[in-house]
Amino acid sequence: MKRTIITVVGHDTVGIIARVCTYLAENQINILDISQTIVQEYFNMMMIVDMNHTEKPFGTISEELTKLGEQIGVVIKCQREEIFAQMHRI
Amino acid sequence: MINRYEVNETNQMVERENLDVRTITMGISLLDCIDADLAACEEKIYTKITESAKDLVRTGDEIAQEFGVPIVNKRISVTPIALVGGACCRTTEDFARLACVLDRAAQKVGVNFIGGYSAVVSKGMTPADELLIRSIPLALSRTERVCSSVNVGSTRCGIDMDAVKLMGEVILETAEYTKESDSLGCAKLVVFCNAPDDNPFMAGAFHGVTEADRVINVGVSGPGVVKTALEKVRGKDFEVLCETIKKTAFKVTRVGQLVAKEASRRLGVPFGIVDLSLAPTPAVGDSVADILCEIGLERAGAPGTTAALALLNDQVKKGGVMASSYVGGLSGAFIPVSEDQGMIDAVNAGALTLEKLEAMTCVCSVGLDMIAIPGDTKATTISGIIADEMAIGMVNQKTTAVRLIPVAGKGVGETVEFGGLLGYAPIMPVNPFGCDGFINRGGRIPAPIHSFKN
Repeated sequence: MKRTIITVVGHDTVGIIARVCTYLAENQINILDISQTIVQEYFNMMMIVDMNHTEKPFGTISEELTKLGEQIGVVIKCQREEIFAQMHRI
Repeated sequence: MINRYEVNETNQMVERENLDVRTITMGISLLDCIDADLAACEEKIYTKITESAKDLVRTGDEIAQEFGVPIVNKRISVTPIALVGGACCRTTEDFARLACVLDRAAQKVGVNFIGGYSAVVSKGMTPADELLIRSIPLALSRTERVCSSVNVGSTRCGIDMDAVKLMGEVILETAEYTKESDSLGCAKLVVFCNAPDDNPFMAGAFHGVTEADRVINVGVSGPGVVKTALEKVRGKDFEVLCETIKKTAFKVTRVGQLVAKEASRRLGVPFGIVDLSLAPTPAVGDSVADILCEIGLERAGAPGTTAALALLNDQVKKGGVMASSYVGGLSGAFIPVSEDQGMIDAVNAGALTLEKLEAMTCVCSVGLDMIAIPGDTKATTISGIIADEMAIGMVNQKTTAVRLIPVAGKGVGETVEFGGLLGYAPIMPVNPFGCDGFINRGGRIPAPIHSFKN
């Protein structure tokens, strides 16, 4: 499974999760886990998603999510899980 | 499963602490390009490099995007050109033509530097080695991306003092040939003792004859990450300090290992090594000198600097070795002056001298690096500085290097600007006493007693 981590960070506003999830659903990206918190009005979300069934290449998804983030006013990053697993697990 | 804190820590390292993969360097053997005809040799070199590395830059960019870690440079190292051109080059002009081919090939595939305009002459020079060395000023003045290195000594063979003498002259000549750009040519020229065959970092990278046909080597960096980690353990004892550096070096190196394996797989080229050097850049917060200050020094160069650097270098290696299956290259901490804002500040404050830098090179991974000196420095004095540095490497069984820039037409108190990753540097004073009698003796210094291990 090609697991990918999506992080969303920025000022809290209505509908952030809805818009990100809608985009993922439209592109057949399955959400495996979501954790989210708000610290001093800052929205901080991490999603683990499965990108096996999307037809778009990774680069396109990453760029479209970045654009979506700009529209909402948050920073969205999309990274393959291995970078975190390698760094934090022996 | 990965949690939010781990994800945030990684992303903070990239976004705020300048964590990056400094370079993916593809080593390419040019031994099969040797030809008695110069034009044929040029053609073979160009074809081999451009075909081998055609996907290097694109692949690097894709990996950077997918993992969210910047890969700053994509580079190429090749077999020392003295070996490749020996059969067809009869003049310095002939060798310079090969440098121009390397430059064109590098431009074609989009890499910013190509290393390997080199000769390995630890014990003596062949006519081809000597021709190549004499052609370096010409080659570096006619090319933009070519980097040159000459290995003049090793623990096994001793020091070739004829080559040391010659390099003093060649460095001055290179400075003169490139004086319009503040002697920039010298920033792309390194003199080595015990040069590693698998160094991915410029300007000293070349693809040694011990290597396979092609190989992927990766250099990671991250002085800012180590500095930030150490801020959290201020005032704690050395055990805590060392543990913190080790853990941080482990994390940084794992990124390099991942990128190296991925690049190797996608390019279909074997993975060589990860070089886990802390390589500073002129960017604020990306400084090895700042780490030394965080360890407890007022400025880099203060008493205690050598000990602090020894500790740092050793812990970086210990953390890194655990993180990668193949650690190589130089691995440790680099202390270039012009590329490190903290070092520049230390020089300007009068805390850091050439002599202290020399002491520091005994315990760190490279040597006197990116140091601007007055343009009127004598060739024999430069050779003397090289000889000192080579002796440190030879006796201590480590790599040492010299990258001095005698800036044509400038003197102490002036500043020289190289731009980009090469930074800027205050011109440092050099000991005014001569060593002509020593350098002019000729011959070589024998290998040290501890080289006899058979």
